Amino acid sequence: MKLSEIAKLLNARVVCGQERLNEEQDIVFASDLMSEVLTLDDNFPIIVTGLCTMQTIRTCEMGNLDIVVFVRKKKPTPEMIELAEDNNMVLLECDYSMFKACGILWEAGLKSIY
Amino acid sequence: MHLEYTIIEGDFVNAGSASSSIKKTLKQLSVNPSIVKRVVVALYEAEVNAIAHAYGGKVTADIDAGKILLRVIDKGPGIPDIDWAMQEGNSTASPEVRDMGFGAGMGLPNIKKNVDRLNVQSTVGVGTTVEMEVNLA
Ligand SMILES: Nc1ncnc2c1ncn2[C@@H]1O[C@H](COP(=O)(O)OP(=O)(O)O)[C@@H](O)[C@H]1O
Ligand SMILES: [Mg+2]
Repeated sequence: MKLSEIAKLLNARVVCGQERLNEEQDIVFASDLMSEVLTLDDNFPIIVTGLCTMQTIRTCEMGNLDIVVFVRKKKPTPEMIELAEDNNMVLLECDYSMFKACGILWEAGLKSIY
Repeated sequence: MHLEYTIIEGDFVNAGSASSSIKKTLKQLSVNPSIVKRVVVALYEAEVNAIAHAYGGKVTADIDAGKILLRVIDKGPGIPDIDWAMQEGNSTASPEVRDMGFGAGMGLPNIKKNVDRLNVQSTVGVGTTVEMEVNLA
């Protein structure tokens, strides 16, 4: 699914990476636990998370994960956005709970890793 | 090539800056991206540990054509039982560390999974050295 459609479904604001919204991604991984995100081997899903710290961006940088949806009204700081932009990432902000955001994406046909 | 980085005590915001720099270096050296990922995921978990469980320290990296040797050397309380610490789920992390998305006892097992050779040396009351080697070709 196109990232622009995903943003629309989640009623999400695009924080950075606007120029990549035509790209497609169909796999999603949701977690607040960065150690778990770091176990994802060679999968590169969209990350849905309520953890909004510098460590979220660092974790994605190390894991080559470059599309992140922040749920629960979390807002990345300017410092986080700068690092995300350096890594050419797409960041979305969504006001929904983790459950609701994931439910919407699942219903729209997006897939999980396992 | 020899590289060194300082890990500052308590500096959670900059945890991962050594990993980030080494990632750029390995990319410039055209190392296979999935090998780069294994190196930096392991180093990042070790860097976080030096801040989460110790009082900072340093990272050294030695890169040659065939491999990268990383050492994360901290001044800290040490690990009383390394076998216990290596088991998934075992953790003494503070609530603060858990709030940052770590502290589930998954760091050391994931380091082990990602590197070709791992050696953890620790002296209680002195500090811990995590030595990791990854074949680059
Ligand atoms: N550098 C270190 N200094 C002291 N203790 C450490 C260090 N690294 C790991 N440990 C100990 O080993 C445990 C397991 O580490 P790890 O697998 O990374 O999980 P976590 O960091 O999530 O607790 C830690 O909770 C801590 O007790
Ligand atoms: Mg750890």
